[in-house]
Amino acid sequence: MKNLFLLSIAIGIMGVFSFTGVNDGGVDKKMPSVTLTDMYGKTINSGDISNNGKPIIISFWATWCKPCRQELNTIAEEYDDLVEEYGIKLIAVSIDDERNKSKVKPVVDAAGWEYDIWLDTNSDLKRAMGVNYPPQTFIIDGDGNIVYSHVGFVPGDEQDLYDALLKLMEE
Amino acid sequence: MKKILLTCCLLAGVISYSQNPMQGGNVTGNAETNIQYLNTDTVIGAFAPEEKIVMNSYMNVNYSLGKFRAGVRFESYLPSTAGYPSFYTGSGIGYRYAQYAGDRVTVTAGNFYEQFGSGMILRAYEERALGLDNALDGASIKFRPVDGIEIKGLIGKQRVDFADGRLINSEGIVRGIDGSINLNELIPRLDTSDLRISIGGSLVSRYQSSTNDTIILPANVGSYGARIGIQYKNFYINGEYVIKDNDPNEHNGYIYNKGHGALINLGYSQKGLGILLTAKSIDNMSFRSDRTFEGNQAFINYLPATSNNHTYNLAGSLYPYATNLYGEVAYQLDVLYKIPKKSFIGGKYGTDLHLNLSVATDHVRHTSDLDFETNRISYVGKPFDMTDSLYNFDFNIHASRKLNKKWKASLHYFHFIYNNTVNKITDHEKFIKSEVVVGEVLYKINRKHSIRIEAQALFTEVDRGNWSTFLIEYTISPNWFFTIMDQYNYGNPDESLRLHYLLGSFGYTHNRSRFMFMYGKQRAGILCIGGVCRPVPATNGLTFTFTQSF
Repeated sequence: MKNLFLLSIAIGIMGVFSFTGVNDGGVDKKMPSVTLTDMYGKTINSGDISNNGKPIIISFWATWCKPCRQELNTIAEEYDDLVEEYGIKLIAVSIDDERNKSKVKPVVDAAGWEYDIWLDTNSDLKRAMGVNYPPQTFIIDGDGNIVYSHVGFVPGDEQDLYDALLKLMEE
Repeated sequence: MKKILLTCCLLAGVISYSQNPMQGGNVTGNAETNIQYLNTDTVIGAFAPEEKIVMNSYMNVNYSLGKFRAGVRFESYLPSTAGYPSFYTGSGIGYRYAQYAGDRVTVTAGNFYEQFGSGMILRAYEERALGLDNALDGASIKFRPVDGIEIKGLIGKQRVDFADGRLINSEGIVRGIDGSINLNELIPRLDTSDLRISIGGSLVSRYQSSTNDTIILPANVGSYGARIGIQYKNFYINGEYVIKDNDPNEHNGYIYNKGHGALINLGYSQKGLGILLTAKSIDNMSFRSDRTFEGNQAFINYLPATSNNHTYNLAGSLYPYATNLYGEVAYQLDVLYKIPKKSFIGGKYGTDLHLNLSVATDHVRHTSDLDFETNRISYVGKPFDMTDSLYNFDFNIHASRKLNKKWKASLHYFHFIYNNTVNKITDHEKFIKSEVVVGEVLYKINRKHSIRIEAQALFTEVDRGNWSTFLIEYTISPNWFFTIMDQYNYGNPDESLRLHYLLGSFGYTHNRSRFMFMYGKQRAGILCIGGVCRPVPATNGLTFTFTQSF
């Protein structure tokens, strides 16, 4: 019993180390498949997303989260160029619960955001993607792999995101 | 304990090996650790426990392979941090599940989170920062026979505690079924229609054996709900109505009244303008998986607060409003407008305006022709039957504008009337009227460096008098932030309590890792996240937080 115990600890430790090695940058990670809806109540499976082989930005936000809205407002200034020149798409995943869910549409429309909006009311996608607190932003490459992730937003972080996108487009 | 450790190690090993892309498995999750070193400060009423150092720690690990998924959450409270439910103790597994998610069917065994409709009938969710977690433990099935129809069924017990490292579930069992139809998805030729309609209905029941000697308690308590959502071009309306059968419980004083909940949203939105009117009526709707519980534990349903979720410190933490669980009638109006860019008033980049108004009152209790001695029905409540007894009034208006490439500024005004007799949060009796003004500027020094300043003031003639908050934050993208916040109760009637609450913090973010140190005094108040509020005690000390997502 004692040997088995030690052995399993050893397997565990080796496993953890091996996965931190393999996983650096999260290159081998696929977009998880979770069912949620868009702003019009239409069912969406997050695993089915595609953008003609072009990258997708996934941004977790909430109506009450100031840095989230600041991030989405900042990206909105460049969004036309991102779409027209690079074919990039942004999906803004709202984690608002029932208190604020009905405010999502007015907030999005008033801000004039052209993004795809998903409602993750039950936080299923948030849990599946390991998000602790919003904002958290991901880049999904043309093959559906998660290749970039950043927690929080301060002014200037958008450049980091654009750099990562450009690097991906050059590859 | 050894067994658990053994399982975990094996699991961790297996999971990480199968991480190999050749095998196609996927591991995601996150970790969070909060460690505090607390000092006692009698002036602000902060007390350090005997241990001095306290810690909350979590790690979620999800594994998926094809259509199969499984996951666990490890939790540690050694002991729990200040303000957290103190009955959370020890280390162990607080959440575990296995799931098969097919194209039409999803089956889950173990712990799961779920919401029916607006959540007024059932919502199992987690708000970790507040110590709220009412995950169900049992089995759930979701079935989509055709596109546009979804049926959900579940049976489970509810998480009510985490003691000595073990998940403790409710005595009562929750059973629920929910159906929803989206007509535009169901009928293909309606797919492109301007008119979008969805309907749904739910049935939730709780079983708990009755053990009372003096009154006959219903062992099974049912709750029923129906909902509809209609959208036509820029207009939309959605509503839900829920009825709960008689549910004598500790919170309502073992009365046999029925309860109801109604929620209606009416909106209009187009590019640059959004208008939303919300109406809510609630009576005797606290529904728990254990009738003897009070406080924040064991809720089957969720009763959202009908007011703006304020994030500025003085507006959000001194007199925050939460739904009155006994019942209330509430209305809310939101108007969001963007003054177009390159206009005279809008400026080069446009100006964002937001007006929010909300009012909540008591509801009428009709007591004529009732025989309380025989049937223990204490009153009859009707939907949207409001009284002039005010619970909360909140008017707030916000303007924010980007001035040029370097500067952003915003101005905010709030007017609150808070009924402190009904939802008591301080010593003051009756109403607390207060006004808050906030100014904020952001200056972008260069591509990476920015500085942000917030100045806030709260004015009130009662309670603890006037307050001010000054905050300065320096950020270096994408890694560093440094913040100093001083909250000062300069208008306290008691001069010895005119205190500064100075809090300094800094943090480092690297992609999906983030750590933060915070040192100083934190005022006792109410912490509200995601629409739920929980009192936090005064603390004085050092807090370290680490979060990682993977």
